[in-house]
Amino acid sequence: MTIDMTQFLQTFYEESFEGLDIMESELLNLDVGAADEETINTIFRAAHSIKGGSGTFGLTAVAEYTHVMETLLDEMRDGRRQVTQESVDVLLRSVDVLRGMLTALREEEDLDSQSIGESQKELDVLLANGGDAVASGTTDAQTTDQVQQSEEKNTGWKISFSPHINMLKTGNDTVRMLRELAELGEMELTANVENIPDFSELDPEESHMSWNIHLSGDVTEEQIREIFEWVDDECDLELQPIKSAPATDFDKQPEAAPATTERRSSSDRRSGDRRKASSESASIRVSIDKVDELINTVGELVITQSMLGQFGEAEEFTPEHIEKLRDGLGQLERYTRELQESVMRIRMLPISFVFQRFPRLVHDLSGKLDKQIELKMSGEGTELDKTVMEKIGDPLVHLVRNSIDHGIEMPDVRKENGKSERGVVHLNAYHQGGNIVIEITDDGAGLNREKILNKAIKSGLVSGSDQLTDEQIDDLVFHPGLSTADEVSDISGRGVGMDVVRKNIRSLGGAVDVKSVPGKGSTFSIRLPLTLAILDGQLVTVGKETYIVPLVSIVESIQVKQADVNLINGRGEVYKLREEYIPVVRLYHMFGNTPLSTTLDDGLLVVVEADGQKMALYVDDLQGQQQVVIKSLETNFKKVEGISGATILGDGTVALILDISGLVLLNKIAGVPDLSVIDGGIEAA
Amino acid sequence: MTDIAQTVGNTNIMTDVDESQQQYLTFLLAGEEYGVDILRVQEIKGWDTVTQIPNTPEYIRGVINLRGTIVPIIDMRVRFSLEELEYGPTTVVIVLKVESDDKSRIMGIVVDGVSDVYNMPDEEIKPSPDFGSAVDTDFVKGLATVNEKMVIVLDIDHMCNSDELSNIDSATH
Repeated sequence: MTIDMTQFLQTFYEESFEGLDIMESELLNLDVGAADEETINTIFRAAHSIKGGSGTFGLTAVAEYTHVMETLLDEMRDGRRQVTQESVDVLLRSVDVLRGMLTALREEEDLDSQSIGESQKELDVLLANGGDAVASGTTDAQTTDQVQQSEEKNTGWKISFSPHINMLKTGNDTVRMLRELAELGEMELTANVENIPDFSELDPEESHMSWNIHLSGDVTEEQIREIFEWVDDECDLELQPIKSAPATDFDKQPEAAPATTERRSSSDRRSGDRRKASSESASIRVSIDKVDELINTVGELVITQSMLGQFGEAEEFTPEHIEKLRDGLGQLERYTRELQESVMRIRMLPISFVFQRFPRLVHDLSGKLDKQIELKMSGEGTELDKTVMEKIGDPLVHLVRNSIDHGIEMPDVRKENGKSERGVVHLNAYHQGGNIVIEITDDGAGLNREKILNKAIKSGLVSGSDQLTDEQIDDLVFHPGLSTADEVSDISGRGVGMDVVRKNIRSLGGAVDVKSVPGKGSTFSIRLPLTLAILDGQLVTVGKETYIVPLVSIVESIQVKQADVNLINGRGEVYKLREEYIPVVRLYHMFGNTPLSTTLDDGLLVVVEADGQKMALYVDDLQGQQQVVIKSLETNFKKVEGISGATILGDGTVALILDISGLVLLNKIAGVPDLSVIDGGIEAA
Repeated sequence: MTDIAQTVGNTNIMTDVDESQQQYLTFLLAGEEYGVDILRVQEIKGWDTVTQIPNTPEYIRGVINLRGTIVPIIDMRVRFSLEELEYGPTTVVIVLKVESDDKSRIMGIVVDGVSDVYNMPDEEIKPSPDFGSAVDTDFVKGLATVNEKMVIVLDIDHMCNSDELSNIDSATH
């Protein structure tokens, strides 16, 4: 009987969060006034399974809270209640509260009882007004009753339990339930046998009895309720505490019992403690197709392996064998690559996971700002790596908020300018090469270049005499400390956002830029690598060691003569590449190993760029380019300055991946003070 | 090698019951015998070339690829400021599991050679005498006598979580 429920708990949370997402998006789809029955049904089902699941796992607070939502939805479903904007808003808020509750429970934190209480009140008020006034009115009154009751300690309960006629047929056993009840305290019970028909008419599978039970002892409502949980809908159950008078109809009854709920969640907490760390981050839902594909490829790989294995067993090695061996190796290579690709695809999720939060955001914002906004989304099926996905959410939210707040004009302004009153924000995602591109387009006013420029001049970012192109001006919005909103609102406009957006996207190895047409709107496009686990690298050698330079940071590689390099103060080497002076960094200096040669003529300069600064790395030689799988050094060791990770090369040895921006920093503090002068010079140039 | 890992896992469960009886793997270093808790030993392998890591203390020889995991290798002679020795055929790398506050890590130590496995009850491990500042006994858990030989029992968690090896310092960056 003892099943470890905690193993299913994680799945419950995941499914509940999915359910909440469904509820949210369906609620937004609801047409106020003329609600589609199927939509309400979908919402109801989601709420219902969250309630059921949380009951099973003993998350009473969630179950009770959801029950109120469910009651409300049930009335809507039966047509007893009109779908009003107000009720949709309340339900949306309660989805948020529920999400908060579930998150808190999963993280084993305390519940935010204040917001739960407020939201519950809101729901209760809604239930009490409108709809079936008689039924909901009593519910409301009882709720308050029960809150009071459950905080008192009861000496016992009067329970009246009358199963419906068909309860036994669903596999429920009255005797078992009564026995469990007896375990809770001292029980006296009287059976009511009035309704039992004559023996000739008796069907043993029907239940005709009912019981009046007097249970004494320190028993909570939850404990009793838990016993009857599975027959909730199949019996009439009345609980009456022996201390206070008012009767409660438990069957319909939600109730908030902060004290007991709290106790339960803390015991869950203890048992879940150890599991928590491992299970929290590490779960991903993979479509069965992807798994099948993987199994197929592995199958092919095994066949190829056994084919190649035959050569090892052959007595002689003939020229024919060589031909076959080549074929086999070719296949092996192909299947290995396929396997790698399918494995990578497991980590890939459609971007709709990020996009699905926007309908809600747009709904809320347009209400708040009194703007009419239509959100269009396309390319939701575009897949990208889970890690990238997790980190791109916030920057995207920021950009969308910006588009709505700053981009789209007020309806009357739009009308004046001959546009439709309804502004359009378009989210689009697509693949391009090895990248994913996400575009946020609005048909608003476009960037106000004059304003941006004035602001930039005022804050000293650019001098008044500078001639900037339109693109350069547009790009200024990504500069720290520049906000063009006239008033700082709580939505956007503090001027700390866009530079953070750019920084975050850069840290993912991506880029963001903006195109804008005055009066027509603007487009922000984000370009991201598909995955963080693999990187295109250039192999370089210094002495015996091989390093990997990320291909994205390489500007070019050049062969120079010692004479082309100038010395500043006899120490800092600079190379003039076209119109720029670039500091030369000898990698062997920095890493303290022995190069093949120390004269620049023998080696190569790899010009790299990070954070807007260029640097020429002196290496002995360039090897091939290849995709490398990034392994963390920190797993078993610690972070090393100038190294972003390691990878394993074809021959099984480890090669270190250079962290270019780290190297730029390292170069500054590495005690070549002269270089700072050069840095300044470059920035001015 | 999987076998070792499995046995290690199994014995782990058993020792939860019997804490007093522990097995130690001993290795040789400059003529002395050192012991480490055998449950921490993942595997023992021959010395192979490593990839050097720049700007790290000298005793960190570099990193190796242990079936897809990057594992740092520490030279115990250099760590204990002993005279360095040319690596020979008996030179081995003992791969250990090191526990720190928040996670466990895999590290390798280079030693002169592996010696033996002993059963040593906890009460037989005596604390090492205080040498004052002359000898650093920080990493020594205690001393034990087996077959009339002295074995220095090491506290590898302490040894491998010192500043240069863990993330403590990099966290402040």
